[in-house]
Amino acid sequence: MQTDLDARGFDWYMDRAVAVGVFVGGISAIVFIIGIFLFVTREGLSFVIGPMDLKEFFGSIAWRPTSIRNPTYGILALMAGTASVTGLAMLVAVPFSLGAAIYIAEFATGRTREALKVLVELLAAIPSVVWGFIGLSIMNPLIIDLFDVPIGLTVLNAGVILGLMAAPIMTTIAEDALKAVPDSYREAAEAMGATRWQVVFQVVLPAAKNGLMAAILLGVGRGFGETMAVLMASGHSINIPTSPFDSVRALTATIAAELGDTAVGSDHYGVLFTLGIFLFLVTFVINLTADLVVRGVREQ
Amino acid sequence: MVDAAPKLSVRDLTVRYGDFTALDRISLDVLPNEIFGIIGPANSGKTSFLRALNRMEEFQPSMKVEGKIYFNGQDITAVRNVYRLRQKVGVVFPLPVGLPMSIYENVAFGPRLAGVRKRSELDEIVERCLRRAALWDEVKDRLNALGSLLSGGQQQRLTIARALSQDPELLLLDEFSIAVDPVTTMRIEDVLRELKDEVTIILVTNLVQQARRLADRTAFFLESELVEVGVTEDLFTGPVVDQRTRDYVEGRFG
Amino acid sequence: MSMFAETSLNQRNRRVEWLVRATFLMMTIILIVPVALILGVLVTKGAPALSWEFLTAVPREGMTAGGIMPALVGTIWIVLVALIASVPIGVAAAIYLSEYAPDNWLTRVINLAIINLAGVPSIVHALFGLGAFVTFAGFGTSILAASLTLAVMTLPVVIVSTRESLQSVPHAFREACWNMGATKWQTIRRVVLPNSISGILTGVILEVSRTAGETAPIMFTGAAFFLPFLPQSVFDQTMAMSLHLYVVSTQVPNVPEALPYGVALVLILMVLTMNATSIAFRVYLRGKRKW
Repeated sequence: MQTDLDARGFDWYMDRAVAVGVFVGGISAIVFIIGIFLFVTREGLSFVIGPMDLKEFFGSIAWRPTSIRNPTYGILALMAGTASVTGLAMLVAVPFSLGAAIYIAEFATGRTREALKVLVELLAAIPSVVWGFIGLSIMNPLIIDLFDVPIGLTVLNAGVILGLMAAPIMTTIAEDALKAVPDSYREAAEAMGATRWQVVFQVVLPAAKNGLMAAILLGVGRGFGETMAVLMASGHSINIPTSPFDSVRALTATIAAELGDTAVGSDHYGVLFTLGIFLFLVTFVINLTADLVVRGVREQ
Repeated sequence: MVDAAPKLSVRDLTVRYGDFTALDRISLDVLPNEIFGIIGPANSGKTSFLRALNRMEEFQPSMKVEGKIYFNGQDITAVRNVYRLRQKVGVVFPLPVGLPMSIYENVAFGPRLAGVRKRSELDEIVERCLRRAALWDEVKDRLNALGSLLSGGQQQRLTIARALSQDPELLLLDEFSIAVDPVTTMRIEDVLRELKDEVTIILVTNLVQQARRLADRTAFFLESELVEVGVTEDLFTGPVVDQRTRDYVEGRFG
Repeated sequence: MSMFAETSLNQRNRRVEWLVRATFLMMTIILIVPVALILGVLVTKGAPALSWEFLTAVPREGMTAGGIMPALVGTIWIVLVALIASVPIGVAAAIYLSEYAPDNWLTRVINLAIINLAGVPSIVHALFGLGAFVTFAGFGTSILAASLTLAVMTLPVVIVSTRESLQSVPHAFREACWNMGATKWQTIRRVVLPNSISGILTGVILEVSRTAGETAPIMFTGAAFFLPFLPQSVFDQTMAMSLHLYVVSTQVPNVPEALPYGVALVLILMVLTMNATSIAFRVYLRGKRKW
């Protein structure tokens, strides 16, 4: 029996069409992330299956891709550059951003709280090339004057700049993690006579532990992947740093600085894309770990 | 009246939410143009019954429905255009929802979905439905105000007006009087008695006396099962099949 | 002694409380003050460079004089084309995730992909843009290739903010519409979108500010070091503000000191103005809820 309850009109088909359309939009994110991996791999593949020597790649400090007679592709010094800058940045950013997050989430109230949140959000919006410029033209002379050193484009400079850059984002994520702790926890502790700081240290921080871990991880990922600021502020010289006053060169900055001068399909071009694969995989693992850590929170 | 083909036939209706069985193999018939009452304590499956009639399991992934529901003889669990079905079934749930649009648009929403475009026609529908829901006098001067900012009782009557706006064949009411004051409740009850000529009404209520005032026949649900269904007055004064029915209507548990 | 008099333990607790509070406040201030000082320096050193001519003239004498007009116009081109590409996809994805997606593995994978899309280093996005849009798709180094690269990179901004504003519309409204026989799409179009469109706009403004400031992704895909003409189509190269700042501060000799400061100041004013607009918009919206 066919009745009008079986008739499908324009609205019915429109609804189906939209469902399909938005589904395509939804999976586009997956398509793009796979696309990024495939296209970067595609350009880097000729190097990976060609001249790449894993031992040299990860074990040598000699990065001489433009040498005509004997090019070498060791990224150890570049990794050391990235690691030292990111490490120093975290030294700066982790305590202060967690401190700021705790103040904003647990102590500040009303307008102060809103104003601080807006300020942090605005700080996060400053473009990385502007940060690089700040490192180059403000921090550089400042470091030379303060520490009486010949150059100010160093691990210290890039690390501080990167720390100031990563801090607002980490503050925001950490504050979200603290806010996610139910108020009932705080009230229960306060009802037992705990003071505000006891509540924070003994109840809120342990409960938000995973979220705070995720904030730190995402900060690390951010520092690791930052390009322009590090390129402009770190001095860009291949070096295993022994002090904060050494210049270094980062993985990301190497790609940005050299890609423009390479011929498409050359070994140099290929190795820069191979660096891209490496960066992609490392940030992928960092983001995945952060996600798993946060998921751990939800399952509790 | 008893001889007429049923408006609604439910056979072995089972509703589950995950492992929890909210309704267990219910079978009953609702006749055209009657007010069919459903009474029972909280969590006895009354609301799940209404949800199944409007195919609301599609909104709630955990809700699973088995069995057959025949509406005008057609099994609604297999219709190809469920939206058309819902247009013919008006529902009013205990928590009123005024949509975040003007009072006028709240009531005109359904007719517009059905393709009514003419302003004069919409004006007529809006006024008629708001009058029937006993809300017209309070809002006729501010039809452009937001429906979502009315008081709870007004939103409930707005919801009723909206449910009536599509001229439903079946009207499902779930404890509509919770958010409404007693005087307005009485007015709406009068309206329901008038509507009976055009619409078949299923009235879920936690007020046993409301079922007694309004319902032609009444079903008693208890712990996910249908205990008894019969002419309303019989549940109160006539012979009952199950003593629990009498205990409930006389208030010995609830 | 009354029951509520302070014990010495209470007094000690209060002192510690004050100390803890002050420490965290200090940390917050230390985070914000240097940035404020730096911005102050940017403004004082950059302001002298600003003039009507600076904004409307092309760079001259090897970029050591003249203005920034081609870079300003180029950034506007790049941002607009990126928006045209990313907003429809991003809004569709957000609608899917908020209104349609069941709680299954595919949805989890999509969410993970979004997180990663936002977390991949910008230079890797640049490599992708070079491989996919410049070379493979054959767009060459052009506004189109640069904008598409940025569109992919900022897609998560649109998706996340749109999804958030869609989900701020209470579920009860959707059920009420569905119960009236509205299809999912009718419900979205008549109730969900009208009540979240301003939140979506806020997210789009945020994306604009993000796109305008990015440098690495456009370096090799469409932005030129020096090109004193305005682009005629999306297949042209163009100068851009962010890259221009990099170029005048690192690649060009004998630049007068005020010039890069001026470029930096204009860039940061563009970005912060848009961000502030987005925040102000959000605060304004919070003040006029419809339910």
